[in-house]
Amino acid sequence: MPERGDLELEALEIDLLLEAIRRQYGHDFRDYARASLRRKVRTLAATLGVEQISALIPRLLHEPELFSSVVGAFATPVTEMFRDPPFFRFLRESVVPHLQTWPFVRIWVAGCATGEEVYSLAILLREEGLYERCTLFATDFVDPVLSRARQGIYPLRSMKINSANYQRSGGRGSLSDYYHADYDSVIMDAGLRENITFANHNLVTDGVFSEVHLILCRNVLIYFNNVLQQRVLGLFHDSLLHGGVLALGSKESLRHGDFADRFKELEATWKVYRKSD
Amino acid sequence: MEGLPQERLKGSQQGQERRFAAAVIGGSAGGISAVTAIVSALPPTLPLPVIVVLHQSPQEPPAWVDYLGRHASLPVVEAEDKMPLCPGTVYCAPAGYHLLLETNGDLALSVDEKINFSRPSIDLLFSSAADVFGPALIGIVLTGANSDGARGLAEIVGAGGLAMVQAPAGAEWPTMPEAALQTAPQAWSLGLDEIADQLVALSMPKQGLNCPASKGA
Repeated sequence: MPERGDLELEALEIDLLLEAIRRQYGHDFRDYARASLRRKVRTLAATLGVEQISALIPRLLHEPELFSSVVGAFATPVTEMFRDPPFFRFLRESVVPHLQTWPFVRIWVAGCATGEEVYSLAILLREEGLYERCTLFATDFVDPVLSRARQGIYPLRSMKINSANYQRSGGRGSLSDYYHADYDSVIMDAGLRENITFANHNLVTDGVFSEVHLILCRNVLIYFNNVLQQRVLGLFHDSLLHGGVLALGSKESLRHGDFADRFKELEATWKVYRKSD
Repeated sequence: MEGLPQERLKGSQQGQERRFAAAVIGGSAGGISAVTAIVSALPPTLPLPVIVVLHQSPQEPPAWVDYLGRHASLPVVEAEDKMPLCPGTVYCAPAGYHLLLETNGDLALSVDEKINFSRPSIDLLFSSAADVFGPALIGIVLTGANSDGARGLAEIVGAGGLAMVQAPAGAEWPTMPEAALQTAPQAWSLGLDEIADQLVALSMPKQGLNCPASKGA
């Protein structure tokens, strides 16, 4: 149970740790939202059995394998397929017709983590007859996480909720049409990956990725502080073509920042916006 | 109970009046009616923010937030990311998200792993609020059929804050308040109406939090 002074010392130790990680590995967590990050750092210290946060610094500096194995935990949200089914229904019924007006459609799933969202989108686009005209970019900055996304292998037990979500999102078939079960895992149909490009991209440090018609970045901005959120929203604004669509997480919003009047809100609950300038 | 809470409080503080800046409430099974009983008894002039985590199925619409709002005389909102805390407002954790507090008092959300099968996690809210408010925090554990909140309540006590639990005998599901009393035996075991009365009596005057002009909701 930390005393006040201990908390200030802990904050200093976390600052030093993040500086060490940035300079050694190039991953910049300094503008991540601290409350959640502090939890993860404390958990890591407890897992590794070190008394103080600062004692993590020599471990992570001198053991690159250790760093690779823990960096994912710092930055990878847990998700499911068709998370927020009404959002995917809105995408299917209201955004897809808008995308249909372009001859080719480029889509960016920014911060794709373990890939559930990009496979969900691929399935939806296939069912709406748009997939063949689409290029999907799925990016994350953690390579091991990105290779998990590329593999498309998920625990069988997760498919119960995924299937229920799919049905509620207006799916036209059965989710099992899109994967093969093998013991306690499923592997997503390789055909879904044909038009997906998985690539390493860091929202904190990298620039515009491509000119795109649709960006999905749901429940990523909640991990960033206000400064970093505004930077990333600027990046999205620059990446979208005129009339392009941005989908954020349902508890995220453009309302409090610099971009409120540069996007038009298409759907209030699910935070879907269209670039308007 | 060892005497009235006010007397014990005075005893523990050598007669000094304590000031509180925020209250956090956690509930699970049966929690909607319990938290409604408390919040509906709070006046709109309550000078501290109240932050609520209730376990619920993410498959259900968050109707309890609207329900709570209809029964409250102070504003009830679903928490959004980076929303600043304002006095006299009740903030509810959205289904499927952890709710935490940043050091500056803003609300923060995450979709990290479930903790003890729960997201939102009561322990997580309580622990992060204890970091921010220390001894100026009131933590309240209500009815429930698991032990979420027990560890967090102990952390609130450890940081010098004040703990209350819904008296297990009167709780729809006593498991959660009982677990909290195990880890935080200092907690006051009270009826729902007593909890509401205490919240009002213990609230600090309005200078505690600066609420920005742009209210999040």
